[in-house]
Amino acid sequence: MKEKVVIVTGSSRGIGLAIAKSLAKAGARVVINSRSQERINEISSELQREGLNVIGVGADIQTKEGAEKLIEKATEKWGGVDILVNNAGINRDNLFLRMKEDEWEEVIKTNLNGMFHCTKASIRGMTKKRWGRIINISSIVGITGNPGQANYSAAKAGIIGFTKTLAQEFGGRNITANVIAPGFIETEMTDKLPEKIKEQMLGRIPLGKFGTCDDVAAMVRFLASEEAGYITGQVLVVDGGLAL
Amino acid sequence: MSVFEKMVELIVEKLGVEPGEVTPEASFIDDLGADSLDIVELIMDIEDEFDLEIPDEEAENITTVKQAVDYIEKNIK
Repeated sequence: MKEKVVIVTGSSRGIGLAIAKSLAKAGARVVINSRSQERINEISSELQREGLNVIGVGADIQTKEGAEKLIEKATEKWGGVDILVNNAGINRDNLFLRMKEDEWEEVIKTNLNGMFHCTKASIRGMTKKRWGRIINISSIVGITGNPGQANYSAAKAGIIGFTKTLAQEFGGRNITANVIAPGFIETEMTDKLPEKIKEQMLGRIPLGKFGTCDDVAAMVRFLASEEAGYITGQVLVVDGGLAL
Repeated sequence: MSVFEKMVELIVEKLGVEPGEVTPEASFIDDLGADSLDIVELIMDIEDEFDLEIPDEEAENITTVKQAVDYIEKNIK
């Protein structure tokens, strides 16, 4: 991981932050990102104080301009992007009958369009270097679906199809593209769920506990490594057995 | 440097062929060993190098070095 330049989108908290920290601790140079520059500056100073090689870029990756700004800043600072972790994601849960168009649009824009723009802006550099890693964070609900998450599960399933296509188009350039599908991970996003739902979920997890952000980060670290160079187009499920 | 000379440079860099192999008649795929992704990348390199935009419909018709050079010379700003 030494000296590799990594971008992790949506990394001011939760899974994204854990991924950024984990890769930085493994010796990577990491660009962290959130919509607000102020917020991301706070986090990046914190990580820098821990001795990690990190810069923060505030950019709205839903837009082409935002994504290009993010990749430009990384290139300015460190000369290019080796590993892109498309992590930025939001949820706007609602039963389908009640789901509003803007709840649909917003989720698709952040989770799917953001990934498109960031990948587009960074992959050409990887093809030139003949080395690259694209790691996209989906969700187990992209495979199983989930009541109340028609928008979120559609976006997360879209990530899987996108990634499998990239794996085929760019395999010849030594770029791998993989998906991680986390199950129930303890974050602010899942914290909002009613206790009853949480208990129900817990009952369905063979390992008997919720996952942590670090469980997901460990898988990212592996996929980003040289050792994972023969793995591409795959969906790696990190869910304690929830989907079995 | 002429457009042709510049093209030879781009192609040598992209496809790893010898400059002597890059003749005007050479076909990117049949003679220079390019695959479909190489062609797309080469078109993008040309766009950057000569500051033009080649629409997909036009790009499809560019299969030899000469066709690329002719297109560039006709459309260069």
